[in-house]
Amino acid sequence: METTFIEIMRQALDEEMTRDASVYLIGEDVAAGGAFGVSRGLVDKHGPLRVRNTPISEAAITGLATGAALCGLRPVLEIMFIDFATLAMDCLVNQSAKYRYMSGGQLSVPMVVRTQAGAAGGAAAQHSQSLESWFIHVPGLVVVAPSSPVEAYGLFKSSLRLDDPVLFIEHKRLYAMKEHLPADAAAIPLGRARVAREGSDVTVIAYSAMVRTALEAAQQLAQEGVSVEVIDLRTLAPLDIETLVRSVTKTRRVVIAHEAVECGGVGAEVAARLGAAAFDELDAPIMRVGCPFAPIPFAPELEQALLPGREQIVRAVRELTS
Amino acid sequence: MTDLALDKLYGFYEQLWRIRLFEGHVQRLAAKGEVPGFPHLSTGQEAVAVGVCAHLAANDYVFSSHRAHGHVLAKGSDPYATFAEIIGRQDGLCRGRGGSMHLVDAANGVMGATGVVAGNLSLAAGAAWAAQALGDGRIAVVFFGDGATGAGVFHETLNLASLWQLPLLFVCENNGYAEFTSREEHSKVAKVSAFAAPYHLPAETIDGNDVLVVNAAAAAAVRSIRSGAGPRLLECMTYRMAGHYVGDAQRYRSKEELAAMKEKDPIDRLRAHLTQRGEPAAELEAIEKRVASEVQAAVERARQAARPDPATVLDYVYSQPLSTTAEA
Repeated sequence: METTFIEIMRQALDEEMTRDASVYLIGEDVAAGGAFGVSRGLVDKHGPLRVRNTPISEAAITGLATGAALCGLRPVLEIMFIDFATLAMDCLVNQSAKYRYMSGGQLSVPMVVRTQAGAAGGAAAQHSQSLESWFIHVPGLVVVAPSSPVEAYGLFKSSLRLDDPVLFIEHKRLYAMKEHLPADAAAIPLGRARVAREGSDVTVIAYSAMVRTALEAAQQLAQEGVSVEVIDLRTLAPLDIETLVRSVTKTRRVVIAHEAVECGGVGAEVAARLGAAAFDELDAPIMRVGCPFAPIPFAPELEQALLPGREQIVRAVRELTS
Repeated sequence: MTDLALDKLYGFYEQLWRIRLFEGHVQRLAAKGEVPGFPHLSTGQEAVAVGVCAHLAANDYVFSSHRAHGHVLAKGSDPYATFAEIIGRQDGLCRGRGGSMHLVDAANGVMGATGVVAGNLSLAAGAAWAAQALGDGRIAVVFFGDGATGAGVFHETLNLASLWQLPLLFVCENNGYAEFTSREEHSKVAKVSAFAAPYHLPAETIDGNDVLVVNAAAAAAVRSIRSGAGPRLLECMTYRMAGHYVGDAQRYRSKEELAAMKEKDPIDRLRAHLTQRGEPAAELEAIEKRVASEVQAAVERARQAARPDPATVLDYVYSQPLSTTAEA
């Protein structure tokens, strides 16, 4: 039976709350299911103390989760939209990320901040952003961006069991995606990328919803006789450069694709790292596909015009192979 | 409150001096360039730390601000390890990673000072929430200055703490200044305790320079919080006898104001109280001398302590190497 991203995430949360009594779920509307219904029904099973609504106070609730993580809980905090993480930045950047280091290893912050990002259906400039690159710049944070329901299940389990703060970014366009969750689905190790499709001519590096787009592009390019390898980064911090170098050594050409603004995005870091680690393996400049330098617009035609997709990836690959 | 047992009063006297003398060394060595960064002294505010921490167990949680030395010592942390941290040594509480503004002594319930004004409030609420959820009987105390009331998270945290009835004591050290700016200049609300009322959080404003007053108010507040009656706020009116940081020229304070501060000194006030009760001056001087030599010894030992090994600079960023995370 296939189930949606939302249902599989709910199952992962439920299983972890059942397994570990120190897991508490807090956030705006989480007891009511959250804005997208991920936590729907969990309050009935785990009770109102473990699944608890909070005021719309991102700064305070992020500190609440961080402080509780210092003192024996393993909180899962939901920040409804990654755009609102701006209100929690002091805590995430100055407190959560640095506590272990600043205390000389005395304390750690075992906490997952679940949030949701990306553009879909006219959510416009303040509910559509992909802000992950801000967070990979902060030592102490782990940043995870799953590309499918089954991936989310395994990566969430590892994130929750880790003793460090994890920003777990779900893409809203993936929420309706359905997959079959194997009975033996397990935690997926953090910090390791995945080869989502093997190929020999060009490597396309992507994460989150863009992995699916890259796979579609690869499918299309296969019909033109171009063999594309698609790599799913899974974890943006830390980056698994080894897997990327292995792929590039084979294909000698790279496209990095993400929905986030191209300028200063994760792709810039990946490109720089690959340039340093695999310069001699490359036969062409590394290409990036990302959002042009503009906010996400409201009107569907404009949103469509701005967002990078399959076409942009295909074009970049063709440019590298022509 | 004058019925307090004599040994308790002597204990307070000793603790006030320990903080005063300890920070004197911080100031002295900062002037000699031995203290990296910007240490902030609590000179003149010691009675708040001492009077509040008198009611805390070792496993109760304390969160402090950038002006943390007094709270850490009053909570009972080792002066040697605390000083070693302030001068960035390997034996320091945080192995030289935190410094004056980020003192942590987790085993003693000192869960952290923070260099970001108001950044500690919600963390303390989180500790209180954990204590409530785990039912372990602990409470959390957060020390902050009146400057923190300008931050939105102060108000967010008051609301949340009251809403969830968290075992949390907010202790505002109202020293009249937000860094270099007087209270009159940064808020229309004269009393910090007034902020608590709309959130239905019991609060009072007290004389924070009288350790006996602080002791009595903290006793009542802590008792109430331990009984499950929810959070409380104590606004302790005090006075920062030192500048905002060591080296602050304090051009914003008048000569008259600086001259008047001696009358507020919490140590002088407790000494006067003890003298009035007939305690011999020689006894009080002996305490001061004993503490001075103890502190001096701790400071000298800290100055001899090893500096951290630069090769360890990347330790403690993460709990484990991440590429091998959680196979289970």
